This record gives sequence, C-alpha cells and structure tokens, in this order.
Amino acid sequence: MPDTAMPILDVKGLKTVFRTRSGEVHAVNSVDFHLRPGELLGVVGESGSGKSVTMMSLLQLLPSPPAEMRNGSVMFGGQDLLKISPEELRQVRGSKIGFIFQDPMTSLNPVYTVGFQLAEPLRAHLGMSKAQARARSIELLQLVGIPDPERRLKDYPHQFSGGMRQRVMIAIALACDPQVLIADEPTTALDVTIQAQIIELIKELRQKLGMAIIWITHDLGVIAGIADRVMVMYAGQVVEEGPVKEIFADPQHPYTQALLKTVPAVRGPRAERLQVIEGQPPIMHQEPAACSFRNRCQFAFDRCAQENPALTAIAAPGHRAACFLLDEASMKKPEAVNG
Amino acid sequence: MAEVEAVDPLVKVRDLKMYFPIHSGLFKSHVGDIKAVDGISFDIAPGETLGLVGESGCGKSTVGRSILRLYDITGGTVEINGSEIAQVDRDKLRKKRPMMQMIFQDPQASLNPRMTVANIIGEPLDEHMKLSSDERLARIYELMDWVGLNREFAKRYPHEFSGGQRQRIGIARALALNPKFIVCDEPIAALDVSIQAQVVNLLEELQDRLNLTYLFISHDLSMVRHIADRVAVMYLGRIVEVASRDKLFAEPLHPYTQALLSAVPEPDPEFERNRTPIVLKGDVPSPANPPKGCNFSTRCPKVMDICRQIEPGVYDFGEGRQVACHLYSESMTTTAEPTAGDIKN
Repeated sequence: MPDTAMPILDVKGLKTVFRTRSGEVHAVNSVDFHLRPGELLGVVGESGSGKSVTMMSLLQLLPSPPAEMRNGSVMFGGQDLLKISPEELRQVRGSKIGFIFQDPMTSLNPVYTVGFQLAEPLRAHLGMSKAQARARSIELLQLVGIPDPERRLKDYPHQFSGGMRQRVMIAIALACDPQVLIADEPTTALDVTIQAQIIELIKELRQKLGMAIIWITHDLGVIAGIADRVMVMYAGQVVEEGPVKEIFADPQHPYTQALLKTVPAVRGPRAERLQVIEGQPPIMHQEPAACSFRNRCQFAFDRCAQENPALTAIAAPGHRAACFLLDEASMKKPEAVNG
Repeated sequence: MAEVEAVDPLVKVRDLKMYFPIHSGLFKSHVGDIKAVDGISFDIAPGETLGLVGESGCGKSTVGRSILRLYDITGGTVEINGSEIAQVDRDKLRKKRPMMQMIFQDPQASLNPRMTVANIIGEPLDEHMKLSSDERLARIYELMDWVGLNREFAKRYPHEFSGGQRQRIGIARALALNPKFIVCDEPIAALDVSIQAQVVNLLEELQDRLNLTYLFISHDLSMVRHIADRVAVMYLGRIVEVASRDKLFAEPLHPYTQALLSAVPEPDPEFERNRTPIVLKGDVPSPANPPKGCNFSTRCPKVMDICRQIEPGVYDFGEGRQVACHLYSESMTTTAEPTAGDIKN
C-alpha cells in the first residue's frame, strides 16, 4: 500500500465512556487511527481493551445511555460521522460501511429467512425492487460460496451451520458494496478448519472487490496472515501500530512483546515454560494519567507512573509506539531516531 | 514425565460408547441415537498428560464427562486407578469420586454465585471428609496458596473475581480431595491470551508437585502441544490418531490431523505469506447420522473408494502411535487391541 494515499477513514481523539452504577468506565481513550483504501488493518487486544467499542463508536452502534461519546472526529467521505444527523448516519451504516459481528448465531434474526435478511439492506439502501433484490441476493450467496443459493434463500438461520452462517453475515455486510468492512472477531466462534475457510474467503473477496477492511481479533496468528497494518490496543488506548512485518519482527512496546511471547507455537521449537504477563488489565475508572500497562510491565520506571506516554514514531515508516523506553533508547542512541 | 517406564496405566478406557437417544413423535418413541462417542479406547499413564483435541461437536467433552461417570455410559469399560468405574452403583461410585475430579470450561457457570470462595473450595471436604472447622479452614487456606489466591479473598463471592482468578477457584476445588486424575475440559478457552498462560503454567506446576494425571481437553492445538505428553485427535466420536506430542506435531499421519494442524495460523507474517493450508470443504456431518465407512470420508482430501464402504482399522506404527486410516492399510497390520497408544515406550 502506498503511504501517500489519502485515508478513507480518519479517526482522531475518539473517546467513549460508559456511565455505570459503579462510576464511569473509560473504554476508549483518545484513539487516533486511519484506514487507507484497499488496506487491511488488524486490531489486536484482549477483551476489555476497547477494540470493539472503538469500532462500534464509529457508527454509533452503542446504546446511549450507558455509552457516551465524549470527543473526537471520524472523517469518512468528507463528513464527520459523529456530527451528521441520524438520517445521514443510517445511509452510511450497512451501505458504505459494512459490519460483521463475532457471533453469527446471535446477529442473524432467527424469525426471518436468510433471503429476507439479505434483501433488507438492498431494498432500504439501494431502492431495489423485490425481484432485483432476489437476483442480487443469489449472486451474493454465490460470491461467499454457499451451494445451491436459490433454495437456501428460503431457509432460516438455524438451518445453517456456524461457518455457513458467518458466510451469510459476510454476504449481508457486502450487499451494498461497502467501501469499508469492519469485521469484529469474525472467526473467533468458529473451529480452526472453518476459520481457515472464512479467512481464504475474505482474502479472495478482497482481491475481487477491493474494499478496505478493519479486522478485530485477539488471535495474532490470524492477523499475521492477512493484515497489512496492525494496531495493538490496551486499556482503551493504541499502544503500538505499524506495518505487520515490523510489529511481529521488531515489536517496540513491552505489551506487544509480551503478547507475542505468551502464545505457544504449533510449529518449530517448543518452549519448556510459557512466558506470562502477570496480573490483569486494569478497569479504567478514570482517564489515564499514567501508562496503563505499568503495573504489569517488567521495564516500568518512575516516569511511567507520572505521565501517559504518547505514540512516538520509530525508525521504520508508519511504526509508532507509546512507551517511555523509546525516549530512553533514543537518548542513548540518537542515530536510531531517524533510522 | 515423558519417560514413562513399563507401568500400569492409571486410566484405562476400552471401547467407550456414549449415545444420546433421540425421542420424537406423540409417544416420544426412540427414533435414533446421537453417537457422541462411538467406541474409543485409550490409556493414560500415572503423571502423564493426554491431550484430547478435535473440533466442536466431535465428542471430546463427552469423553471427559463419561469417564468420570457424569453420564451413564452406553457401553465399554473405564478403569481408573485399578477400579472399575463404568458399571458400579451410585454408592460405590461416590466413594471413588475423590480420586477423580474435573475442571470445567466456564468458571462463571461452574461456581455457585451464592457461595463464598471458602465454601466452594470447602464443599468437597464437607461431603467426603470429616474435618474440624479449624482443620477445614487450614486446608482451604493451603489450597488457596497452591493456586495463588490471596487468603484474604476467602470470604468473597465469585462475581468479585476476574475470569483467571475464578478458574483458580475451580482448580482449588478440584484439588481439595487429593485427586490422582483430573479431567481439564477446555480450562482456558474462556480466558484471555495473557491469562491463559498463567493458568497453564499453574496446571503444570501443580502436576509436578502433586504427581497429577491429566486428560486435557482442548481445541487449541498450540496449547495442547505445550502441555500434553501424548495427543489423541478426535473426529465425529472416534479417535483418528494418537501419538506422542513431538511425533504428532512434527509429522501428522491421518489426513484430518494434517488438515487440522495446517489450518492453525502462525504469528509470523513471513511464514504466513507462504503457508498454504489444507482447506477442508464442507462441514462435520451430524453424529446422529454418520457417513458409511470412515467418518471423515465426506471431507477427506485423500478419500478412496474403500473409505466410503468400510470403516478403517487401527494401524500401529510403534512407539505408541496409532492411526485409523485406510491409507496405511497396505503397509501396516491391524493391532489386535486398539489401546490408542501403547504407553510402554
């Protein structure tokens, strides 16, 4: 991907807070990121790191209350998605930005046929007639590799297996030819052999249709295979981002480094003992005033408890991490800063 | 652990069958069976960890539950620590419960939300041992120390803990009665990656300290490779391959094992770019109506005519390795008794 291409989606300073009975929870804390046309951005983090909430905030899919968008801008197609009217936003949702959810079991409506659910966005967004929508639905099911599509339109979600249901979800998300597809853990609920099928399908569709994809996952293996760029999230913040090769070969943030080491390998040498990140991720009741990872970080020093590190550029283009160690390193070795 | 001498197995399972009946119609007549586990055999040596892997619905959890007699099994024999488990009556079974325990997948659902941690861990002690309240508390504290829970948390309730800590409570409860054999049914599946490693390391530590024997059920192949000494692969109610961990991961022989291993993505972009996974077509058939011949014949990339007709025998490759596949029928002779791995190396 050329670095110079204008981002199709540009998010700045996004902040989402949940107001709960036990106080506020700062789920997303000033997240900045962008997505270029045709690019696949992998978003990695543990549960509670804010990766799903960030993406759902973009399209205001979170119920409010308890969710509250405090700040930020989401530039898409020349307009700020956080400022436009609900009517305009509805035109973007499902049409220009498609969404695939983790659990294909609960995100399809069990009382409508798959054909009805596929035709719904086509008729609502593209104003197709029943016949046109039906023809396009058959085409879409074919595209995602569901055999005998004409007959299957009449079936209900429970008549499909898990993998097939996820294919239906993908078909619905792709129905209106979106420019951006957001996939929230699309393969987590699936078995490995079915996961392999879905990943191959997404790779194929990407080549055919050329949309930009945001792929949220906690599985570093999946990300390594498909992403162009990776963004690592921890406690509602982006702690590191960069080209996929850099992130895996030369991770800079201690959290990314530790995360890569905790996963045992299926191939190659086998470690006698697993590396562990001690402790658990914090619950963010306040805006972070210091590094959120410091209590689990083996390199933490005084400064980590006093300030919150910002993302700083590292040698490789596009590679940034939020850690004070990088300042320390650059002070000792000034030549490393500019590569 | 891997150096097992010619010892008697602690767990001996032969031709285990667990069918769940399907009832239908006005009179709820018995119209068929879901063959969740359809004739499997294996041994586990003392102090060993046998990994049991397979996809959802293949029957691996049912195996774990049936050998502890959480179900009344349809057929076969189960012997744990020299005593027959499969057919004994309830009173005798109850006396054998302390030596065999289970750690469940979902620490949220397997802990009673209305009991304190001390009472959850203490419940097995109340049921099976007669301890004074001081002895009981001392034992609870000891167990909490073993699994790395702060003693001050003894009076708290499960909802006050994180997922990883809850799983530690479940482990402490399983250890309360000094078991010899523990079935770990997907113990880390509900946990985050950074917490998974903590729990797996704890299980390994406890195994070394208490000389425990594990049946480790999981769909996570990389974790099984880490923790297991031997691995059995299940598909649709049957074991298709069993081998030592190193052999299985280095050179899988059954086409299903090959596909399963090749489908696991590696956290290495360079490697991933060149990896061509064996992508299996279609879905797992229903265990209520398994295909004729080999269960894997509907999805197997190396399927032959014979596979659709005749169920494959079990072929022994020596050193505890057995494969159930027609591909090896010419080079091998069928073993007399499928033990799913002779543990005498």
